[in-house]
Formats: sequence, structure tokens, C-alpha cells
Amino acid sequence: MLEKDKLSRIAQQVLGLSHADQMEVLIASSDEHLTRFAANTIHQNVSERDVTVRVRAVFGKKMGVASSNDLSDVALRKLVETAEMVARFQKDNPDFRSLPEPLPVQEISTAFVQATASCTPEERARGAAAICALSWENGLQAAGAFSITARELLVANSLGVLAYHCNTIANIVAVVMGEDSSGYGSAASIDVQTLDPEAVGWVAVDKALRSRSPNGRAHPSSIKPGTYTVILEEDAVADMLTTLGFLGFGALAMQEGRSFMNGHLGDRISGGNITIWDDGHDERGIPMPFDFEGVPKQRVTLIENGIARGVVYDSFTAGREEGKVSTGHSLPAPNTSGPLPLSLFMAPGQATKEQMLASTERGIWVTRFHYTNPVHPVKTVLTGMTRDGTFLIENGQLTRPLKNMRFTESILEAFSRAEMLSSEPRLIVNDWGGTGTCVPAAKINGFRFTGTTEF
Amino acid sequence: MRDLCNRALDLARVKGATYADMRIVGRSVQEITVKNGVVQELALNSTQGFGVRVVADGAWGFASSHLLAPAEVDRIAALAVQIAKAGALARVADVDLGPAEVHVGSYRTPVEIDPFAVPLNDKVSLLLEADQEARAVKGVAVAESSLTFIRENKTFASTEGSYIEQEITESGLGLVAIAVGEGEMQQRSYPNSFGRHQGTAGYEFVHKWDLVGHARRIGEEVVALLSAPQCPAGVTTIILDGPQLALQIHESCGHPIELDRVFGAEAAFAGTSFLTPDKLGTFRYGSDVVTITADTLTPGGLGTFGYDDEGVPAQKTDIVKNGTFVGYLTSRETTSQLRHTHPHAPARSNGSMRADGWNRIPIVRMTNVSLEPGTWTLENLIADTDDGIYMIMNKSWSIDDKRLNFQFGTELAYKVKGGKLGQMLKNATYTGITPQFWGSCDAICRADHWHVWGTPNCGKGQPGQTAHTGHGAAPARFRNVQVGVMK
Repeated sequence: MLEKDKLSRIAQQVLGLSHADQMEVLIASSDEHLTRFAANTIHQNVSERDVTVRVRAVFGKKMGVASSNDLSDVALRKLVETAEMVARFQKDNPDFRSLPEPLPVQEISTAFVQATASCTPEERARGAAAICALSWENGLQAAGAFSITARELLVANSLGVLAYHCNTIANIVAVVMGEDSSGYGSAASIDVQTLDPEAVGWVAVDKALRSRSPNGRAHPSSIKPGTYTVILEEDAVADMLTTLGFLGFGALAMQEGRSFMNGHLGDRISGGNITIWDDGHDERGIPMPFDFEGVPKQRVTLIENGIARGVVYDSFTAGREEGKVSTGHSLPAPNTSGPLPLSLFMAPGQATKEQMLASTERGIWVTRFHYTNPVHPVKTVLTGMTRDGTFLIENGQLTRPLKNMRFTESILEAFSRAEMLSSEPRLIVNDWGGTGTCVPAAKINGFRFTGTTEF
Repeated sequence: MRDLCNRALDLARVKGATYADMRIVGRSVQEITVKNGVVQELALNSTQGFGVRVVADGAWGFASSHLLAPAEVDRIAALAVQIAKAGALARVADVDLGPAEVHVGSYRTPVEIDPFAVPLNDKVSLLLEADQEARAVKGVAVAESSLTFIRENKTFASTEGSYIEQEITESGLGLVAIAVGEGEMQQRSYPNSFGRHQGTAGYEFVHKWDLVGHARRIGEEVVALLSAPQCPAGVTTIILDGPQLALQIHESCGHPIELDRVFGAEAAFAGTSFLTPDKLGTFRYGSDVVTITADTLTPGGLGTFGYDDEGVPAQKTDIVKNGTFVGYLTSRETTSQLRHTHPHAPARSNGSMRADGWNRIPIVRMTNVSLEPGTWTLENLIADTDDGIYMIMNKSWSIDDKRLNFQFGTELAYKVKGGKLGQMLKNATYTGITPQFWGSCDAICRADHWHVWGTPNCGKGQPGQTAHTGHGAAPARFRNVQVGVMK
């Protein structure tokens, strides 16, 4: 960690070199470590340190961006010169108004836990070894990863913005496999001390064992594609919600006419028990108090009791609409994807997962999805496979393991058929990008499966 | 560079490493995007750093840093060994790299026009012209055109005595047009899906694909799609164009032949493979007309280089020969592992270890995995098809974690009836099981229809890595395929 003072000095040095009308400096520093295991052995074990300085130079309505991870004086000077040279080649961007003015930013000191940042290779190895040992004792093979991330972000600009944030993330995932069965467990936290690798491993082991008979001879059985009641665990719900965020919760998608929210603000677009929002300050997620322009994040209600309420903005998209201001959701410039929600929450319900199961006469239990992909963005149709723990539910019990199935279903329509939501939302860290989604499990009726596979 | 490499390798040995290598990588990327007449992105990004990979106490360790300085090199080399020794706590068997690979050499991508020397003004003008052409079509809501240029300089050194320097240059371009209607959105891309086709080449690559010359057609097609009928559901014959077939190859062949994946190394994230070692040499992957190769020597391919990222030279490998599965993408470690059960398998890696930058370890990745061309022209193939659908350009993709059940969607499709192209169709999708699908391939277009398509966004590994892979493909026909999955 370089810490705020050093990052601020670098930022001021860069701004001091500028000849542009306006300049923005974004510095991202990270220490990332990951211990990976497969076939009950640690097979990859890595550590990385990086610092990237990204400069946006503005001349009138022309912008140029350059980035580098060389912090030498010579390199920083060259970086500023490059960004300014690129800007001078630019054409005017009519949507550009100004870099943001400074606004008060709340510091979230609890987002960084020293114990997480200090987690050693030996501690990670012991955690991975515990999962491997548990799997081996049960005649199974474990695969997974134990990762530790410590990040800093500083945004400064020539108008006086200076925002700094640091955070840690500890994440454990485990996939445990038998000959024809598998199970999955995961846990994530800002504080590594709250994670129990063996408990994560046991969830995965338990599912892998349930997927086979006591004598190991039973194979998962097939079930015909069709519509079924499903109980989706939190990882599966998070997958659907993250996709929604990417497809249409950003203002650029609305302005280009390709969002599912277009023409529907104020309308019911999902179930009355569905409320979704984005909040970078909520410490149940992975807190991030400002965006990549240094604008403080606002809590934005996206869907409220099934009604489409709003989308997230950055300074560009806000500048295009009278009366709109940035909600603090920009990505690093230049950004052609527009603003995106990176701290999504879905409101919980009242049921436990056990109650959801007990209430289901016939259905399918889904642990998580694999390789989901939008098929029709405006209709929010998503396809993907189930994975690592798919079971038939009969009369309130998990009765037998099933071969994995392909679904092709509209996310919003599926949510509108959510009969029950669990009472305890869980933080799920997204595979790429270090962001998180906090969601309940969901019991959904009439969920459409369109195919099966051979395992 | 050599001094720093020797310093790191020597220290790693002193600390207890039985093997060590070091990669120093510098990457420069230039990206330009024009969207609806406005230059949205004009950026020059660079990153540099180094990584040290070691085997100590029989286990792997890797550490990396952006700071290329002697004291930091010492710290990182020692940390890599510490990490390896910690990992030995959960070690089932010692890492076995097989016979030594000792190579001293260099490689540089053949480039006619240095893309970084072409004036920025020329590039911006090209994109603005393509944008103007696309949006001249009434109904085009969004046009986004882009250029990407990458140059990567890398140095590899190992305790076995290898020292290799490479310079890889890539050029990419693309155009996407979007039209929106009531509850509907359609897109068309050129030359490849999601607006980006890329190759290891210079600016001559941009000239070859003529973005401006195709922009208006793309705009016209995307608007027409809004009012086209939905692709019907049913079991029928399909013909896939080159770009869609390239992604089919990538997902249903390229990934399951990654030998590290076969041995479970990716089980926690990307998955495993149905192509288990017992199938090597005997399994019917496809029909007799299906021959697939992996070739790091293919000119212009995104998977083309001189040496892989553990110093193994570029080469060509048979993967599927006249329908029979015969080969994997391998590394030194996985080659040794395979020979435990298949003593007649090749004794050496075929050079498929690739790392995404200085801060990632090399893992088995696709290089250029290609379907060899056949004997048909597209015109004759369509004329020979009584009833079917011709599908063009990928729009959506998904496959299970062993690479069996897949589902794809394409941007555009045409009904084929009585040997003629007929009505335009939208939202075309098809699904299948990999060996049954490839077993239904009965015709492939010939070499003059064959291109190496670039897939610059392949994800794998924890932490995540993005690989740039190449796939040679010519249009091909498949029988008895389920189409029209979306209701």
C-alpha cells in the first residue's frame, strides 16, 4: 500500500505538469494474492503488485487519455505530455461540459482491514489445505481459490477534486467433485478473519456427497426440459442481477434506446416483491464511496416494488439531460460503455431457504449458473447452464441429483414470478473486477429450461 | 534486462528453487473509438513489469511487480520462493517439467506498416468516415467504430539457460451498428462480432478489411432486421459463416483440448473437459470432413508467436484428424502428466502456455485453433441445400462447463429454400451437443473462403486472464440442428 499522502503527492506532481485547461488524475494501487488448488493440491500460487496512473487532459471540449505504471519523474512527465498530445488531436465532444467540481466524499475507513492485507502465503495455504483435506477424507477432489486483495484508489482533478479510498477483499471459492457429482461453496468478506475455509469446503463437500448415492453408483438423472419451480441460491440470483445491471441500469443504454427501462419508468416491470438499488456506501457490499471521476456515489433506487424508478448517471450522460446530475457511477475515462451500477443490492424476503424448500411440491434446486449470456438484451433474455449442485425437489425435500440443465429465460419475467425471497442476503464477489452484489436466494415459479447436458 | 534476469534467477536458486524463470513485459495499447460522430475514446496506455515463476519444494510459486529495479527484483524472487514453499503444504506430487527446454532466440511479428507510426488524424478520419456511412442509413440509432493497436515486448529467461526476446504487434478494427424498435434491438458487426477483428499484423490489416466500404451495408442490414420475422424453431440444416464458426470452434473445441483443463486445473472457474485422456486417438469428435489443427505459425493469427511463455518454440499440432480426436494443447507440466498414462504421447510441450501480461502466470491457452478448409464454394453449398438456414455473425454464446451443451445466437440469418437464399430472419439461435454437432458436419468451404478470425477476449484463470486467440474457418454446413430456442 502506498497510502494517501504518497498518492496525493503523485497526483499533485502530475497536475503541476499540466498545460491543459483541465486535467484529471486517477491512481490505482493494488496488492493481490491468490492461492489456487485443484485435484486436492495447490497448483498455482501468485502475488502481484501494481500501480497505474491514468491522466485525462482536457482542452476545451477535446479530451485525451494516457496511462502508465511507471512512477518515475521522467515517466510521469511523458505521461502528461502524451495525454495532452492525444487531446490536441481530438475532435470536440459536444456532450462534455466540465470535469466535476469537488463535492464532499465520505471516507469509509472500515472498508480496509489490516488483517486481510497482511494475510500471508502460509495462511492462505493452510486454508486451501483444509479444504483439500476435507475433500480427500470424503473420497472427493477439491478445486478452488483463496484470494486476498488490498486496493487503493485516488482521484484528483484540476478543479480541486481529491478523493481517496482503500479497501480489502478476501474471497474463498471451492468446487468439490466426485466421479459424477460436484458441489460449490463460497464466502467473501472485507475481513479475512471472519472467513472459515473449512466451512466453505464443507458446503461444497456436502453437495458433492448428496449428488451421489451412498454406494457411489447412482448417476445424476435427467429431467425433461420445460418450466419448473426453482430455488436459486444466491450465486445464481447474483448472476442474473449483475447481467441486468450491465444490460440496462445505466443511463447510456436508456439514451441509446436499448434498455429494458426505456419507456417504462414508473411502470411495473417485475414482481411487487422485487426492489433493487445501487449503494456504494453500504458496508454489506464492497464499499466504494465515489466513482472514477471523484463524484460521491448516490444511493439509486433502480426498481422499487417492481416499478422501474431510475438508472445511474455519470457526468457525460447527466450533461445530456436537462436537470440531471451525475449519481457517481462513472467508469474510468475514456468509457464507451457508459455509467454502470457496481454495488447492487436486492431486497430480501422473510423466508429461510429451508422454508422455501419445504414449501415446494416439485421443483429444481440450483446452486449456481455457468457461462450465462444475454440472448435478447431488451427482453432481458438470458441463457446459461446450471452447475455444481442441481437437485430435484419433491414434496419439500431434495430427492435426487440431476444432470445439469440449460435455461433460456427473461430475467425480469422470472423475478416477477418470485414467490419467495430469503431473509438473509449474501455478498457475492463477481469473478472479474472485484465488485460485489448482495442478494437473497429466490423461489421462482415457471422457470424455463430449454436443454440438458450429459453430466 | 539480461542482468536483472540473471539476478532474479540466481537469487531464486539460492533461496531453494529447483527451477525458475522470469518474464519482463512491456505493453503499449492505442485505442480509438468513434460513436455517433463523436470521438469517444482516444487513449494511449502502457504497462510494464516483471514476474518470477519458481518451483521450490516441488510446488509452484509466482510473484510479480511493476517496479523493475534491483531491490524489487530481489524481493519478488524471494517472495516467489516463499509462496512456493507455502504451497508445498498441500502438494500431492512434485511438479515435473519433463525434459529441459533451452532456447536462445528472438521473434518479431512481420509488419508492413507500423501501426504506431500512422498519424492519429488518419485513424480518426477513417473511423469518422465509417461512422458517417453507417449512420447515413435511416434508422441506425448507434454506430460505433474502433481501432486498436497493441505492441508487446517480452523477455524470457530461465534457469535452464533459455533467453528469448519477442515483439508482438496486433492491429484490430471493427464497426457495430445498432437499430432499436418497440421492445426490440438489433445489431450488426463487421468484420467480426462485437465490433472487433484483430490479428498479429500492422496497419495493412486495417486497409485489408475496408471498414468504410462495408459500413453502409451493415447499416442497411441492421435496420432491415427490425422488421424481419423471428427465426422459427425446429430441427433443420444450418450453414454457419466464418466468424460464427470461428467462435463455435473456440468454445466447443479450443477449450476442451486445453490439457490443464482436462486435468482439473480450471475446475473452480472455467470448468473441465469431456475430452478425457482415455478418448485420445479413438474418440469420434466429428465427421470425416472435420480436421482441426493448432498452429502458432499461422501468418497473422492472434495466436501466432515465436515462443510460448515458458520458452517453447512455435509449432503445429494435429487436434482432430478426419473426425478422430488426436491431440491437445499442452504445457511442459501437462505433457509429463499425460505420459504417465499415455507413454506414447509426445514427449515435449507443443508450446501453448501464454500469460496475459507481466503479472500473470502462463497457463495453457488456445493459439490458432482452426478448421481446415474443404472443397466447396459458398455459392455451391447454398445451391446444394434444399431446406435450411444460413447464420451470420455471432451475437450470443454459452456452453456448459465440460464443453458439451452449447447455445449460440447470431446477428443475421437467411432462410435457404430450394438452393436459394430467401427471407432474412432475426434472433436466430441454435443449440447442440458438441460431438453430435460436429458429427453432422457434411461440407466445408474451400481455402479461398478461409480466414483466420481473431477472438481478442477469451477469459480463463484465477486471477482472470484475457487471451487473444485465432481461429481459421470457412463456412460449413451441419445437419439436423435444433434452431430457434428463444420463445
